[in-house]
Amino acid sequence: MADAYVYDAVRTPRGSGKKDGSLHEVPAVRLAARTLEAVRDRNGLDTAKVDDIIFGCVDPVGEAGSVIPRAAAFEAGYATEAPGMQISRFCASGLDAINLGAAKIAGGSDEIVIAGGVESMSRVGMGMSGGAWFMDPSVGLPAYFMPQGVSADLIATKYGFSRDDVDAYAVESQKRAAKAWEKGRFKESVIAIKDQNGLTILDRDEHMRPSTDMQSLASLNPSFVMPGEMGGFDAVAVQRYPEIEGVNHVHHAGNSSGIVDGAAAVLLGSKKAGKAMGLKPRARIKAFTNIGSEPAIMLTGPVDVTEKLLKKAKMKLSDIDLFELNEAFASVVLRYMQAFDIDHDNINVNGGAIAMGHPLGATGAMIFGTVLDELERRDLNTALVTLCIGAGMGTATIIERV
Amino acid sequence: MTDYKNFTVETDADGIALVTWDMPDRSMNVFTEEAMDELERIVDATSADEAVKGVVVTSGKESFSGGADLTMLKRMLGRFEEEKAKDKDAAIKMLFDGAGRMSGLWRKIETCGKPWVSAINGTCMGGAFELSLACHGRVAADSDKVRMALPEVKVGIFPGAGGTQRVPRLANTQEALQMLTTGQTLSPKKAKSMGLIHEIVKPKKLIETAKKMIKDGLKPVQPWDEKGFKLPGGPVYSAAGANLWPPAIAILRRETYGNYPAASAILKCVYEGLLVPFDTALTVEQRYFTEILQTTEAKMMIRSLFVSLQELNKGARRPEGVPQTKFKKIGVLGAGFMGAGIAYVTAKAGIPVVLIDRDVPSAEKGKEHSAGLMDGLIKKGRASAEDKEKLLSLITPTDDYAALDGCDLVIEAVFEDSEIKKSATEKSEAVLKPSAIFASNTSTIPITGLAKNSKRPKNFVGIHFFSPVDRMMLVEIILGKKTGDEALAVAIDYVRAIKKTPIVVNDTRGFYVNRCVLRYMSEAYQMLIEGVPAPMIENAAKMAGMPVGPLALTDETAIDLAQKIMKQTIRDLGEKAVDKDQFELINTMVDRHGRHGRKNGKGFYDYPAKPAKKHLWPGLKDLYRQKEPEDVDVEELKQRFLVTIALEAARVMEEKIVTDPREADVGSILAFGFAPYTGGALSYIDGIGVERFVKLAKHLQKKYGAQFKAPKLLADMAAKGETFYDRFDPYAGKAKEAA
Repeated sequence: MADAYVYDAVRTPRGSGKKDGSLHEVPAVRLAARTLEAVRDRNGLDTAKVDDIIFGCVDPVGEAGSVIPRAAAFEAGYATEAPGMQISRFCASGLDAINLGAAKIAGGSDEIVIAGGVESMSRVGMGMSGGAWFMDPSVGLPAYFMPQGVSADLIATKYGFSRDDVDAYAVESQKRAAKAWEKGRFKESVIAIKDQNGLTILDRDEHMRPSTDMQSLASLNPSFVMPGEMGGFDAVAVQRYPEIEGVNHVHHAGNSSGIVDGAAAVLLGSKKAGKAMGLKPRARIKAFTNIGSEPAIMLTGPVDVTEKLLKKAKMKLSDIDLFELNEAFASVVLRYMQAFDIDHDNINVNGGAIAMGHPLGATGAMIFGTVLDELERRDLNTALVTLCIGAGMGTATIIERV
Repeated sequence: MTDYKNFTVETDADGIALVTWDMPDRSMNVFTEEAMDELERIVDATSADEAVKGVVVTSGKESFSGGADLTMLKRMLGRFEEEKAKDKDAAIKMLFDGAGRMSGLWRKIETCGKPWVSAINGTCMGGAFELSLACHGRVAADSDKVRMALPEVKVGIFPGAGGTQRVPRLANTQEALQMLTTGQTLSPKKAKSMGLIHEIVKPKKLIETAKKMIKDGLKPVQPWDEKGFKLPGGPVYSAAGANLWPPAIAILRRETYGNYPAASAILKCVYEGLLVPFDTALTVEQRYFTEILQTTEAKMMIRSLFVSLQELNKGARRPEGVPQTKFKKIGVLGAGFMGAGIAYVTAKAGIPVVLIDRDVPSAEKGKEHSAGLMDGLIKKGRASAEDKEKLLSLITPTDDYAALDGCDLVIEAVFEDSEIKKSATEKSEAVLKPSAIFASNTSTIPITGLAKNSKRPKNFVGIHFFSPVDRMMLVEIILGKKTGDEALAVAIDYVRAIKKTPIVVNDTRGFYVNRCVLRYMSEAYQMLIEGVPAPMIENAAKMAGMPVGPLALTDETAIDLAQKIMKQTIRDLGEKAVDKDQFELINTMVDRHGRHGRKNGKGFYDYPAKPAKKHLWPGLKDLYRQKEPEDVDVEELKQRFLVTIALEAARVMEEKIVTDPREADVGSILAFGFAPYTGGALSYIDGIGVERFVKLAKHLQKKYGAQFKAPKLLADMAAKGETFYDRFDPYAGKAKEAA
């Protein structure tokens, strides 16, 4: 079996996912197309040789529907031979696109794959693709469906994280993201979004609030009290986890991931293909896997999938130099650190989605690039990337520099 | 026109056929096979008759109809069981066809091509309301007597004749779901605001208005059969739908703990049905209805909560040959919380009450209790100032036993002290006529013993109320060794008069209900001692279907009372009669931590000032080494609660304390809310199967102790393959059809 190598990784800046967000004027397909253009132009890629373009997109409806990577390839002016495929594994879609591409390369069917993701949350909206999981009583009732925010609050309740704990984590995420931007740690990977005249629309993550402190967060009301109490979801949490008396609602806009627009793409290829292109590989995809986890608490999948992956790769926790776990909610990361006794110094070292935002289908590919950049900057070897996923799943990937 | 047994059909000069439903020999119309057959013939006849322009359907009785005859349904399920033993697939097909019978008939009316209007003159329930919904026009009389509901979910089934499809196509989805899943009763005003009926008119104008709708050109086509029909709540997959369905599912779980398949099926029917055209939706409903009819829950709930409850309420256990009692005056001794409550429910039934306490102010204070309760009802709009005045005028507070002269029945609710009770009995009997019945509301002292204070032990009986008297629907009638048939008949007549449900219990310590409740609480203490986290104990009990957690219940009845009962039991029966560790737990709570229960704001829960909610006392964690939640099997906790109670109920049957399984079942649900979906404490055993239940009990006995020891009765039943309703057949000797 051939190894799959990483040759490049790019991402757009993340625009605030509201009507007044800077990227709200940019169609979803154009965000995706800009990343494809960058991958081609930065690497002198002959796009006729691209075997597949796999993009994650969580709500592939409306303008994001009908296989958006194929449409993006048209807009980016790729050769007709480069096909496209859209996938969804909710929030891990971008990482799963990479894993799927790596599998195709390892399996020998493909030589060059561009994998990534796109989500225009301001234009398409969240949850727009519907679904039986939370709408159909035959599914939602036995699955103990809860909105993710209530699940995140349930994690905090069950594992004992206070409002101060989650807020402190969020303050640190903001600090790290601000510092990373300040020190230019993202500049190699972030491509500015420009208009047709070359005028810059956005070149920086605009969701960040570097001045955030404990006091400013303390003024925010918890977001999920209403659905918890009026919507019945607290009762669902208690029935699934009867050891708790009620749900302690600690999450709010300031310690949860931001709703943003963005896209990312990673250039993958076999060793042979890299050589043919004259490109130097930056890292090797060492191992990856997926798992289903308890769907009600939903967001603890990273713990389960990490255990599974380390075992599968015959590795120890101490073999991992840096961890990158999507900051869907502060409690998700705190639980992960608690479960594995990971020091905050080794995880999400440049901040995460609490500060910079979480463009659902794209995030997996974004944080993949972020941690690769950081491995290189620190001259470290191995990183583990993982995300929590709707309906209780986990995806994780281990990369090592070559 | 043809003659019908249950209907009359008169066609007027305008060609409008008035179908009046009036079943002979029944106080209320219900859908029997025969009634449905006749109605189908009427549909065929009126559809074929060119002179008929439209049809108005109404009732010749005070009520419109109670809906389907559930005893018919019970028989249909019996036939299904018999057929299933022979050919399962054929049996299910038979049930499916049966389940669709009414639905198909209503659909036939709806699509017959002539306008039908339902003129709802009184209570209109279940299948009858579904018939009305299938009519093109619906008019209700403006009267307090008109109430509409689809209450099927309360007995474990659901509206399976189009109810789950027509309601959400007329009303917005949220209101529709609430009405269907709770069995909510609607006033005409509410039904109209939901869009379920078209008009409300003066009772006298009901038929006239219904006919006018037809004369005015009512279209014989339902909205959902028209092109371009839009759901009032919008499509399922829409922003509104996305806001509605996930919480609707969560709220159903919150309210039912997933224990009621019929309630879940309603949600499924509405969700799936609204995604497809109407006829397909009716098929979806029919499939779910067929599934639900086969559930143990439906079988048990229909039996206990409909058939048995009705039979007990009608006085099933009343001895024959004793003339019915008309109560002219009733005495209540002791104006404390219980006595005052008894006086209230008695006066509420229109019976004059003499309320006696040691002095007039105490007696008057007891009467104040009634004033307070009536004020509460007035505030909720459920009573008027006149009602209050009338009720209070029936209660005479006094300290004079001479006022008991002329009472048919005296109920003693004085302090639980044998001497005080003795004196109350003697003072009463000095005044009472020899035929009067004397009843004690004691909850702790055996009736046979108390009867020794009486000159007329045949006339001495226990009438045991539960607290709060106005809300608790069950009354235990306790028979002492010498209690006579007359006393029992009077007691039953009294309980029926105050519209509560009587069960007859032979004398024993704790009678029936309290024996079971003590088991429930005791199991919770044992779990605490094992180190099960307190929230798991409370939540597991509620998940098992109990209305109140055992620790919360102990707080309500007071922990120091639990301590008193334990001490008394040790005094009476010896040290071994009380679990040593549990005694220590209760002593620790009361003596060391001063936690007496809700009354002092400190029990197993803390009770902070409102609006803060009560929460479990954090100190509970320090009493015993806590287990990890992952190491506790919640399903087993749930089983332990239900099994320990059910075993006690079985012992009570074995000891012949309760003799009729209907009483044990209905009693367990009404008195302490034993998981209603099981049909009661004995039906829970029958539902599992006695043999399997005995195995389960043995397994629990091995792990948790002697409280799970199954009585010999169960082993014997298991060996013979009997159920409680076989072994203690309440209908033995009576014609089965009477069921």
